[in-house]
Amino acid sequence: MASYSTNEFKGGLKIMLDGDPYTIVENEFVKPGKGQAFNRVRVRNLKTGRVVEKTFKSGDSVEAADVHDTEMQYLYNDGEEWHFMDPDSFEQMMADANAVAEAAKWIKEQDICKVTLWNGVPLSVEPPNFVTLEITETDPGLKGDTSGGGGKPATLETGAVVRVPLFVQTGELIKVDTRSGEYVSRAKDA
Amino acid sequence: MLARLRAYFDSSGVLEVDTPILSSAAATDPVLASLATRISGARGDGGLPFYMQTSPELAMKRLLAADVGSIYQICKVFRGQERGRLHHPEFSLLEWYRTGWDHHRLMDEVAEVVRAALDRPEMPAERLTYQELFQQALGVDPWRASADDLAAAALRAGIPDATRLELDKNGWLDLLLTQRLESRLGQDGMTFVYDYPSTQAALARVRDGQCPAAERFELYIRGVELANGFHELADPAEQRQRFQSDLERRRALGLEQPPVDNRFLAALEAGLPDCSGVALGIDRLLMIAVGADHIDAVLSFPVERA
Repeated sequence: MASYSTNEFKGGLKIMLDGDPYTIVENEFVKPGKGQAFNRVRVRNLKTGRVVEKTFKSGDSVEAADVHDTEMQYLYNDGEEWHFMDPDSFEQMMADANAVAEAAKWIKEQDICKVTLWNGVPLSVEPPNFVTLEITETDPGLKGDTSGGGGKPATLETGAVVRVPLFVQTGELIKVDTRSGEYVSRAKDA
Repeated sequence: MLARLRAYFDSSGVLEVDTPILSSAAATDPVLASLATRISGARGDGGLPFYMQTSPELAMKRLLAADVGSIYQICKVFRGQERGRLHHPEFSLLEWYRTGWDHHRLMDEVAEVVRAALDRPEMPAERLTYQELFQQALGVDPWRASADDLAAAALRAGIPDATRLELDKNGWLDLLLTQRLESRLGQDGMTFVYDYPSTQAALARVRDGQCPAAERFELYIRGVELANGFHELADPAEQRQRFQSDLERRRALGLEQPPVDNRFLAALEAGLPDCSGVALGIDRLLMIAVGADHIDAVLSFPVERA
């Protein structure tokens, strides 16, 4: 298995710690002029998303994590697993609820997602930054209301609930920013 | 800033010198990595490397042994495997030596030089010993504590992952110093830490006593280590012994065995006058002058774009 020396540490590097894959968020080199050098790093656990701080003796090496990102098309959910396809090789893969996590609220068939693979298995799924979804249920708005102020909850076709302006109605398509979970605008077509 | 520094030394009667960057010998200290280069036609037709200085210390001491008196130098030094917010493999040092002075008198002058360089004549300076620093902040005595005591102190201090690290006593001291103590030093001006454990003497003389202390000091401003000074070791036999133990530790760590500077040892044999010397990082001093967070902010072209 490949490994990285602390000299190669930098943001984004994928390493194995205690059996879990991590990505380096921040790496700081600290060294007293006449003493032992250390690397103080902040790392994110790619399975749990938790960020922790670790300290290494400079020069130590750490096992590399076989983690990489791919663009994959979401096909369908069979009730338990989410099925994705590599649009180039047409290879299909299944991701479980742990991997899909929050992305499940936003993705629908045909969407291109960023799937992070660990040892070839989906570890996490990131939805597109913006998705266009149909409102399946929301209270009727008041006449003459413009987009300012207030708002109301709206349930989308994927099950997600977002706050929308009062003038937006059931059956309309809206654009949502999946990073913040916020309504962006009405959309004409999917 | 360079003009202010030169003006200070010129008016104090300290002679500016210029020693070679390249040397046939290299630093033996296991924590320093020398860079090397080769010159066609020199040292066996390019067969043997020249090492780029990690500090001008040994060359300047050869001049001191030739009785030049107090001297200073502003020069570039090179250290491999050091890169980060406060580290760059090529950096500028101001190094000077005062003959007939001990490290306390030199600390007074370092404070004066920093005040002149930063144009802050009222900047306060405090002093505490290495032992006081550890006792006050962590409740451990760096002389009496074992490696296990220090590991326990690191855990209590909440250093992430302390249990996983394999360190010797000096390693634990360095860990505690860099991760928990340095950041609180020099927050209101200058803090000098002095009298280090004899295992961290480097090239300082060691004062015998119940707690043998290396007559060495470090200056911190806003948590940044800015200068390192010694009441210089002048005993050639002890110096040779320290080089040997450096090489043994290097061997144990699987590091390169660099050639020892025998010309420097010969100069000590001839007699080094009683003196104290200090090296001050000019790039870091500039960072403090302009309030920079990263050394790259005060470099014209960092090594990645050199």
